[in-house]
Amino acid sequence: MFSRDRWLEIFDSIKKNKLRTFLSGFTVALGILIFVVLFGFGNGLDNTFDKFFKDDALNTMWVNPGRTSKAYMGYKANRRIEFDNKDLEDITSRFAFYIDGITPRISESGNIGYKLESNNYTIRGVAPAHQKNEMTIMMKGRYINGLDVENKERNVVIGRLVEQDLFKGEDALGKFVSGGGRSWKVVGVFQDDGGDREERIVYTPYTTLQLIQKNTDKIEQIIILYKPELGYGGAVAFENQLRKYLKQKKYIDPTDRRGIEVRENASDLKQNDQFKTALSSIILFVGIGTLLAGIIGISNIMVFVVKERTKELGIRKAIGATPSSIIGMILQEAIFITSISGYVGLLAGIGILKLVGNTLEEDYYITDPYVDLNTGIAATLLLIGFGAFAGYLPAKRAARIKPIEALTDK
Amino acid sequence: MIKIKDLHKSYKMGSNSLHVLKGIDFEVEEGELVAIMGSSGSGKSTLLNILGMLDLLDKGTYDLDGVPIKDLDETKAANYRNKFLGFVFQSFNLINYKTALENVTLPLYYQGVKRKEREASALEYLDQVGLKPWAEHLPSELSGGQKQRVAIARALVSQPKVLLADEPTGALDSNTSKEVMALIQDINKNGKTILIVTHEEDIAKMCSRIVRLKDGVIMEDKKNKMIKAI
Repeated sequence: MFSRDRWLEIFDSIKKNKLRTFLSGFTVALGILIFVVLFGFGNGLDNTFDKFFKDDALNTMWVNPGRTSKAYMGYKANRRIEFDNKDLEDITSRFAFYIDGITPRISESGNIGYKLESNNYTIRGVAPAHQKNEMTIMMKGRYINGLDVENKERNVVIGRLVEQDLFKGEDALGKFVSGGGRSWKVVGVFQDDGGDREERIVYTPYTTLQLIQKNTDKIEQIIILYKPELGYGGAVAFENQLRKYLKQKKYIDPTDRRGIEVRENASDLKQNDQFKTALSSIILFVGIGTLLAGIIGISNIMVFVVKERTKELGIRKAIGATPSSIIGMILQEAIFITSISGYVGLLAGIGILKLVGNTLEEDYYITDPYVDLNTGIAATLLLIGFGAFAGYLPAKRAARIKPIEALTDK
Repeated sequence: MIKIKDLHKSYKMGSNSLHVLKGIDFEVEEGELVAIMGSSGSGKSTLLNILGMLDLLDKGTYDLDGVPIKDLDETKAANYRNKFLGFVFQSFNLINYKTALENVTLPLYYQGVKRKEREASALEYLDQVGLKPWAEHLPSELSGGQKQRVAIARALVSQPKVLLADEPTGALDSNTSKEVMALIQDINKNGKTILIVTHEEDIAKMCSRIVRLKDGVIMEDKKNKMIKAI
């Protein structure tokens, strides 16, 4: 295996049989190249999918108060249910095990101005966890934090388009905007993949908003980000427990379908997971198909190579080559060629993916195509292995054939 | 050098069995130049293949230089061939992508001789057959006679006990045939045992002994007054 003479013999054979070397090398290189590119595009498709469907976190639960439809425990029907800060705390402590993040949301519309510009925007009072829930991406500055909430700071985080509308290219960070007769400090600017509407929102601590709204502690809506590892089943169980707990707390008939509305994404999550599984299967199928084609290709060529060399092998046997030396020579040569060309194909494939980058995102929905290097290497090894295996069988037969049969000119 | 007793060989052709060699008794002394003659189908090539361990015998015994040749597996046969025998074929059987020199070194490669020594001794044998200046040529750049001489050099380089030649002049014109036969006679004169299978009478007459085969048995086995090829 490591004999220098054997290697020299193999290099000689490779060098002097260029077509043969080229054919087997090309097949493997092409096989790996196509595999890497297709697989990479598949992953790109997957990325696009993630981007499309993951604007809002999927592990989200919205809890809205409503009106009761049944009389219960001395309360009349059609009673209006309200949430306040205490409910928020109770849910947080009681269901800590399930909860990744929790935030209230209070919305109102308000006129916000800077210098001569002003406009109407949706203003949302939120807690820090809201960022995760909406998947808000900070462009500069920071999001609302715990201190803001605690100290009821008049800080705002504004959308990219709000900055564009009001500041006309000026940097909004650290500036003060006016709203409701007060001035507010811009501590951050965000972007959101959810569209223009989402980028025309102004976030502020919910406590600040409550203070302005006559120092109330009412909350319109509670948004919970549950732990994703709960899965579909866990989320449904959590939802049921939460609903039961809140009905008890607010004295609502357990059979009343109104009063508390809990909406969650778990079934969406399930559907999306299924779709993603289907997509992944298609990608896997394409990958396996390409590899299979490559395997068949290299196998054919190996059979052809051995066939072509039958006479040479017969001569070698007549002058004293043992069967094992014949098999060893063919295999070593095949593995050498396929390894080198597989590596070249791998590099070329990764190069093409890098080159393509995001140019196909607009028209073909392929975002950041990539191939995990381990997958690429595994595919290359697979092809080398099958090439060697496909070479081994005919090589073994060729080594066993009587030299006299290999040498007859018929 | 070669001792064969009661050698039988048959080939299966479908359901029929073709009995090719039907009891051959045959001895060759060291230094003999033997022509094995016979028409096609007489079994002469089969006999040569068995002598060359390219084929197995069905029945009988075969001793080569005192070593009984039996129970051959492929590896053992390869080692024996490499050690005891040199082959010369009608169609030369040089490896077409290797130069004359590389072709001649090949048997030594399989003996595990070091590269430098291989090339030195191959060059020596190429010189002996008069082809030293053609050492770096590919077979396709050589004439038929030159190719056969390269093949002879290759057969000799491993210093075999016996040289087996299957119609060595079959693909050559009569002048080139004579040159090749002269070379073979030369090698024989230096003491090498040589067996030639041929169907040409004038080639046979250049040997020291003629064995005639017909229908798988030896018809005639006589000494011959060797005619010089050139």
